[in-house]
Amino acid sequence: MPFTIALVQFQTRLGDVQVNLERHLEWIRRAREQGADLVVFPELSLTGYLVQDLVPTVARRPRPDDPAFGPLLQASKGVDLVVGFVEEDRRSRFFNSAAYLSQGQVVHVHRKVYLPTYGMFDEGRFFAWGDQVSAFDTRFGRFGMLICEDFWHVSPPYLLWLDGADVMLFPTASPGRGIVPAAAQLGVARWVENVVQAYAGLFTVFTAFANRVGFEDGIHFWGGSALYGPDGTLLVQAPYHQTHLVLHEVDLHALHRIRARLPLLRDERTSLFQRELARILEQRGLPKAPGL
Amino acid sequence: MTERPSPPWVDLSIHTGLVRHILVDFIRTEITRAGFQRAVVGVSGGVDSALVCFLTAEALGPENVLALRMPYRTSSPESLEHAQLVIEKTGVQSRTVDITPMVDAYLERYAPDADQVRRGNVMARTRMIVLYDHSAAFRGLVVGTGNKTEILLGYTTLYGDAAYAINPIGDLYKTQVWQLAEAVGVPQVIVNKAPSADLWVGQTDEGELGFSYRLADQILYRLVDERYTPEEVVALGFPPEVVQAIVERVRRNHYKRIMPPIAKLSHRTVGYDFLYLRDWGTG
Repeated sequence: MPFTIALVQFQTRLGDVQVNLERHLEWIRRAREQGADLVVFPELSLTGYLVQDLVPTVARRPRPDDPAFGPLLQASKGVDLVVGFVEEDRRSRFFNSAAYLSQGQVVHVHRKVYLPTYGMFDEGRFFAWGDQVSAFDTRFGRFGMLICEDFWHVSPPYLLWLDGADVMLFPTASPGRGIVPAAAQLGVARWVENVVQAYAGLFTVFTAFANRVGFEDGIHFWGGSALYGPDGTLLVQAPYHQTHLVLHEVDLHALHRIRARLPLLRDERTSLFQRELARILEQRGLPKAPGL
Repeated sequence: MTERPSPPWVDLSIHTGLVRHILVDFIRTEITRAGFQRAVVGVSGGVDSALVCFLTAEALGPENVLALRMPYRTSSPESLEHAQLVIEKTGVQSRTVDITPMVDAYLERYAPDADQVRRGNVMARTRMIVLYDHSAAFRGLVVGTGNKTEILLGYTTLYGDAAYAINPIGDLYKTQVWQLAEAVGVPQVIVNKAPSADLWVGQTDEGELGFSYRLADQILYRLVDERYTPEEVVALGFPPEVVQAIVERVRRNHYKRIMPPIAKLSHRTVGYDFLYLRDWGTG
């Protein structure tokens, strides 16, 4: 059954969950009007990205009695949702998380496993590391979610693939950077698009990233949210730097055609991979020297 | 004497359409989210402030921008004329405030023996007072005009021209400022002239620094953006004395780029572990 995916790129109010919730509900209303079955928001869409010491005050538990998740779960009765938020667990560890909501239920929560803590990034200072990458079933098919830096590493998408994900959703808050060499596209945009497109082709799956726009202090987010098909083609992309809602139909039957022609999944040698990975880790230990 | 290879030149060109879009968006977003609609820019007649005036006028509309010309009696008349060109070309509001009486009242009475550098700093800080007073009167934020080259070199007066609410061009090297200025329509006469702080007669930046901006940008780009060591930059063929002078300037002037340190005593101290963006709660 084909379904329509909507990618929202918008500006959040930093640290104000209530205002961001209202913006979510408004975007959900607009996306539904345009026929969306699934609405994907960017990373930390309920809080803004550079939350720093606001983390404990904006943290939420994705439950019906939460003032933000109550209305979102209610909205998910009409359309499936992916929202980004700061999650507090029972023992008050804080995660950079994304929740998949459908039919009033929390279907899946992904906790970001790769927290960039270098250069301009400081996530490891404020968040706990997620420790699981798993696919999950939705009413449309089997999906996976990764958050931004997670997909700069090749292993999480690979694990999702093996776990059965045919649609990979990547909520993102990617700060714009890279103006040399000169191009109409920022250096970081070129990189993210190449990677997300490559996964679609390498794994014969649908991949989509929903990226923020707007500024937080001097840092801007470049938008350009995009959906790629299982042969690696770009299906739709939102403009750079502008608030935007982009929609496209996803027909999972395309997997049937693509994988008949290109049986990469059929031929993937997982036990060889497992054997070799075990040998490498056994012989060489965890990465300690450059060149592993 | 062994001959050095001629250094490979990095093309620092930018896509001016992309950068212009981001910077105009930055000015508009960051000023309006702080609750303002207007801006104040000190326009010297030089290329940096000309570019900022053009970008700010584009972001907010020229009627919402106040350009201040703030000559001192030794300032070059050409600077004043070039500032006027910028004002006319952008259509912004403008005012000319002669800082001579303010500056001389202080210098004559309390610092008659001050050297050029002290006098220059007094002028730069007097202009800051005028800008910030007009910021309150005009209800507009002060938009800064320092570029990446001068910020890294510390070729700036702390609490003088280094004082501003936001800075759209602080991540552009001087070479890139020239390119963008030309693209947005800053008059050629301003883009092409020798850069000068115009704090004393005949002063030029490159004369005072002892090297050209184009050379400094090549070296800074390697050191800062590409993380080369100074030795690696010299090995590429850049003049060792210039590389050394730049490395030393960058280090020695770092204090101008950070908030002054506060002595930590408590568990939570501003500057160390009280971490919020300026944009907290807005947007």
